[in-house]
Amino acid sequence: MQFGLSETQQTLKNTTRQFLAAECPSSEVRRLIETDSAFDSALWKKMADQGWMGILIPEEYGGFGMGMVEMAAVLEEMGRALLPGPYLSTVLLAGSAIQHAGSEAQKQQYLGAICRGEAKATLAFLEESACWSPERVRMHAYAHNGGYVLSGSKRFVPDAAVADFVVCAARLDGELALFIVPSSASGMAARPTPALDGTRKLYELMFDAAAVPEGALLAKGDRAVAALEHAFAVSTVGLVAEMVGGMQRLLEIAVEYAKTRKQFGRPIGQFQAVQHMCADMLVWSESSRSAAYFAAWAMSENTPEAATAVSVAKAYASDSYREVGNRAIQVHGGMGFTWENDVHLYYRRAKGSEIAFGDATWHRERIAKLVVDRSDLLVR
Amino acid sequence: MTNMDLNLTPDERQFRDEVRAWLQANVPKDWESRRATEDMKDRFAFLREWQKKVFQAGWAGIAWPKEFGGRGASLMQQVIFTEEMARATAPPLANVLGLMLIGPTIVNYGTDAQKKRYLANILSADEIWCQGFSEPNAGSDLAGIRTDAHLDGDHYVVNGQKVWTSYGWAADWCALLTRSDPTSAKHHGLTYILVDMKSPGVEVRALRQMTGETEFNELFFRDVRVPIENVLGKVGEGWGVAMGTLMHERATLGAGIQITFKRQFDRLTELSHIIERNGRPAAEDPVIRQKLAQSYIDIEIMRLNQMRSVTRMSQSGVPGPEGSIQKIFWSELNQRFQQVASELLGPYAQLTSGGAIDDGQWAYNYLRSRGNTIEAGTSEIQRNIVGHFVLGLPKSY
Repeated sequence: MQFGLSETQQTLKNTTRQFLAAECPSSEVRRLIETDSAFDSALWKKMADQGWMGILIPEEYGGFGMGMVEMAAVLEEMGRALLPGPYLSTVLLAGSAIQHAGSEAQKQQYLGAICRGEAKATLAFLEESACWSPERVRMHAYAHNGGYVLSGSKRFVPDAAVADFVVCAARLDGELALFIVPSSASGMAARPTPALDGTRKLYELMFDAAAVPEGALLAKGDRAVAALEHAFAVSTVGLVAEMVGGMQRLLEIAVEYAKTRKQFGRPIGQFQAVQHMCADMLVWSESSRSAAYFAAWAMSENTPEAATAVSVAKAYASDSYREVGNRAIQVHGGMGFTWENDVHLYYRRAKGSEIAFGDATWHRERIAKLVVDRSDLLVR
Repeated sequence: MTNMDLNLTPDERQFRDEVRAWLQANVPKDWESRRATEDMKDRFAFLREWQKKVFQAGWAGIAWPKEFGGRGASLMQQVIFTEEMARATAPPLANVLGLMLIGPTIVNYGTDAQKKRYLANILSADEIWCQGFSEPNAGSDLAGIRTDAHLDGDHYVVNGQKVWTSYGWAADWCALLTRSDPTSAKHHGLTYILVDMKSPGVEVRALRQMTGETEFNELFFRDVRVPIENVLGKVGEGWGVAMGTLMHERATLGAGIQITFKRQFDRLTELSHIIERNGRPAAEDPVIRQKLAQSYIDIEIMRLNQMRSVTRMSQSGVPGPEGSIQKIFWSELNQRFQQVASELLGPYAQLTSGGAIDDGQWAYNYLRSRGNTIEAGTSEIQRNIVGHFVLGLPKSY
């Protein structure tokens, strides 16, 4: 049994940290938050040069075909740096959906473009109901003139304004279907819906009889559901790894402050009330890290408990990141409530991450379905 | 380091299968049912016999070096053994403190004569050990102990009082932490002495705890004479001797507890399909489902933290302060979990017998778990340890 990063994985993680420290310091994060899309093409190009775009994509489509653990190690560092922009949307969400369900031609076209850093993408799933279950997708699609027409509206779509194409969930002949819609499609428009986390912009995507060609259909029916579940699972693990990195950074910022800030003639970190908050932050972040890497490993090995592991990690990290953020602000006192202190940037990201792909309550219900409703218990 | 792999290696699996097969063939079948009914003394005699059997098969003290009768097992093997014991609901080993703490301390600090005298009898459970550390005025602040040991010829004369001594009533020997230099303060001037519990002047009183049981004792020492050769390690350096093995205790303890929690969780899940709540099985109640799922998450996180910490310790060879993280986690987890169980069982949760579910085990667990955040270092002390030793915050005391 060996539950820790290998030397190669650790090296990958270290170089990721160094790169982001140089290319995406907090000043850059703050600059990007103030932009419309939180996207910087120069940074994107450099990230592509690092090989990050193809981390999960097989070599035959231009990627590196690394595993989920390597992916988690890189994402942890991205979360630590609060890297803004469409990386997760492009590589994990859209990329995994296409990798799972795409035809050979679709994979060559879209995955190749992602790997080369030429395409940004996202996945449009939620609607007005804001429910993460595939059966709640209502957006209408129908066949027309050898292609398809999509009508309706998608909500909470991350990075839609900079996406070159959108993997979009809709209902076709009563079944779930996934379409690859290029941003140039007429009748598709993005409206910003500003949210707490400025590093990952959200949009409403409106489809007014948007027409796509026949080749735009990615999957339909069970295959579409499977592709969607796969893309969400991969993205959830990546997101949880990001959350771990964010927690780690918050812990470090808070502990550093507790060591230097003096009140009553001594560092506030000498007071047990402050120490114990810091200790709790460590317990939460380390526990989240265990859960994140276990989920990554379970998915890469396709073990039977992978689905549960993903939900355990997301539920735990969702509550933990928020609470770590709460403690980090509390340790900082008034400084923690200021705009100039970076803690609120993480606090905002924690809220956005908590909600994305189902919050703790949603994943606990999923766990209940997997472990409480087991059939061997029901037949008694 | 090799690639991440959370499965057991072929060697580890073989070891597990060996342990499992032995336990399957040898764990007393009636143990579960005897537990509730038996008198404490009879039960202890039974546990002694069980340890003898374990010893004869070569499993007692598996972490001990081979030259002292152990198996020289790796940390991972210790974890596997602990897990398998819990999985098989095997009875505990009677001499657990001797095996886990005092034996290893004697191996580290003992003279050849001491090793020869004590170690074999610890393994065979022929001599049971207790540990006299805490005092009425030295609990969390253990270094403040005052039990006095002064030299009189070739003996130390011991006077003082110890408390929270597990197995005190059953013990033949006590590993006693004393203050041998009355002018000393705190961690200095302490001496670790091995005391024969049959010595004149030793009195053991049962300490009844809120569960009604007497797991712990108070020990009184009045002019107890202990030969000078019973000092373990150097005179005045007892603090280092006492602390040396405490961290090892926390390293593998979690492995067994985790299995026990998992088993209780499975049973509670089973019960959730039988127990009614608002006219339907509790398993269908959305609030109960949330709470059960959270318990599952907590127990799973505990397991994963344990695996990471074992990996880290196997590489570094030294137990780190992660033991404190585990202690905080499992003790608080168990209190939350037992409360979930209580809510799920509803009015049945309070019954201790006479129609109680699972012979009142849940009512007992509820009370017993209350002690978890206090025993073996309170949650507050553990957070101090984490704050100071892991995060580098200045000491608060």
